[in-house]
Amino acid sequence: MDMSVNKNKLAWFLFAAFLLLVVPAVAQYAGNFWVRIIDFALLYVLLALGLNIVVGYAGLLDLGYIAFYAVGAYTFGLLASPHLTDVFPTIKALFPNGLHTPIWLAIPLGALLAGMAGALLGAPTLKLRGDYLAIVTLGFGEIIRVFLNNLDAPVNITNGPKGLLQIDSFKLPLLGFDFGKPGTLLGLDVSPVTKYYFLFLAIVVFSVMICYRLERSRIGRAWMAIREDEVAAKAMGINTRNMKLLAFAMGATFGGVSGVLFSTFQRFISPESFALQESVMVVAMVVLGGIGHIPGVILGALLLAALPEVLRWVSGELDLQSVTGGRLDAAILRQLLIALAMIAIMLARPRGLWPSPEHGKAAPTPAS
Amino acid sequence: MTDIVLNVSGASKRFGGVQALSDVGITIRSGEVVGLIGPNGAGKTTFFNVITGLYSPDAGSFELDGKPYKPNAVHEVAKAGIARTFQNIRLFPEMTALENVMVGRHLRTHSGLFGAVFRTPRFKNEERVIEGRARELLDYVGIARYAEYKARTLSYGDQRRLEIARALATEPKLMALDEPAAGMNATEKVVLRELIDRIRKDGRTILLIEHDVKLVMGLCDRVTVLDYGKPIAEGSPYDVQRNEKVIEAYLGAGHKAH
Repeated sequence: MDMSVNKNKLAWFLFAAFLLLVVPAVAQYAGNFWVRIIDFALLYVLLALGLNIVVGYAGLLDLGYIAFYAVGAYTFGLLASPHLTDVFPTIKALFPNGLHTPIWLAIPLGALLAGMAGALLGAPTLKLRGDYLAIVTLGFGEIIRVFLNNLDAPVNITNGPKGLLQIDSFKLPLLGFDFGKPGTLLGLDVSPVTKYYFLFLAIVVFSVMICYRLERSRIGRAWMAIREDEVAAKAMGINTRNMKLLAFAMGATFGGVSGVLFSTFQRFISPESFALQESVMVVAMVVLGGIGHIPGVILGALLLAALPEVLRWVSGELDLQSVTGGRLDAAILRQLLIALAMIAIMLARPRGLWPSPEHGKAAPTPAS
Repeated sequence: MTDIVLNVSGASKRFGGVQALSDVGITIRSGEVVGLIGPNGAGKTTFFNVITGLYSPDAGSFELDGKPYKPNAVHEVAKAGIARTFQNIRLFPEMTALENVMVGRHLRTHSGLFGAVFRTPRFKNEERVIEGRARELLDYVGIARYAEYKARTLSYGDQRRLEIARALATEPKLMALDEPAAGMNATEKVVLRELIDRIRKDGRTILLIEHDVKLVMGLCDRVTVLDYGKPIAEGSPYDVQRNEKVIEAYLGAGHKAH
């Protein structure tokens, strides 16, 4: 019995692994454009996994989560683009060949800075709950974006709305590997986006493992206890302040890593990428997929990240714009359909598309 | 002196214009079950919340197991060794019964982020011990068969028992039960009484707030009576029942006329 269950699991696992390996090949055949969309979807999965720690486990509604994505992105953007050396002669003198922070240093650094930002932004909100917390975090998210937008004067640090250009691609010089350049594998052409696909996939798999392990640990249980009943959690001796800060920091770390990857993949960042809309999207991914349940969160992120692009393609194929005399285009259709999908899902499946399984749904018989 | 588990004197608490507690003291010796009774609004739960750190007191001195403690933060008090249950059950409803009790072990265990992420042998070992102890406690209160059920799906009486198991998991020096029998039917009360009796026999010290006079009189070694935030009587259940002031507080001054 047990053996067959295990075999079944193994078969599923192998099937999924095969699928994940084949996906980019198929998508690359359809066009690199599609692989790129999948790459972005994977970045969103990373973001959603991180936010799930804050919202799903600890129950702290964070509407400014994208700020940590921004922290990560600007960390790498500033440390691996010509911007700082162009603006500051002293830095230019220090790094005559330009600033090229290696990625293996940038990822931990981005994670660390984002984590610190998370704890910092979390600290003043510790006594807030629910709606109030959401409003304050929303404000914090916007503050970061506004800062990035305006820190081009008096000293040009972030280059303001123009953003940062020519950011380094993901390079592993020791292995002679550059994700930004096309390569070949077993005689097949592998485009940069496909290389990034495997990189992001590996990082996502690693992150899923971390989330899964956190969920089933003393820390994870403490987070969930706070979510369920904060007063009772305190009465059990849980230092709710520290645990909440830890949740904020841990979630932000994921955002930071995702941000670093985003800037090395896109090679251009501007404050526009970190608008409130993005925060809302990530929250929507978590809620829509199944709050607190890792497979659900991944599903939600993939759907919401890929759906708009699919719709854009559909409306392009149908040539909606000319058919409807310009009244309906991809962008409008996208918003319309996403709104409808959200309403439908919230009505039909309020706990998300793939919620955590219900233990002991049948009420046990009363004890005698 | 270590014989005295809890020693509180001069505890006072004011909410705006209401002096909810004035100069309340209580002494609980090791292995005792002490009852705290009084009419509605007498300040029983306020006193409870003060000694467990939920409300910070305006005045008073607090000693637990011979050491002074400051009831300023709930989790600190829990760490010092007072575990409580709540008048209206406060479980973690979406977690399983087992997980609820495992949370109770949080205080006495140490593994952190690193152990959790890298699954160190120490972490794994500690997890095993936590789970083992939690299952033992579920068995102890008699709901082992519901270990994998979500807490909210348990019956009312079982939820009470789960709450007690969770409190026991923190290895308290003092168990503080806030109206454990509230809302229970007669059968459930009998079971609860047996459970509290068993906990006492196993050497735990218990402070009990209760409305159910029968339960208090049957279980407690000593009883303190509060009225309008002041202690009005203290002694054995038998004496307290016959105390004039207590009768007056419960039945009104008019009672004397008879």
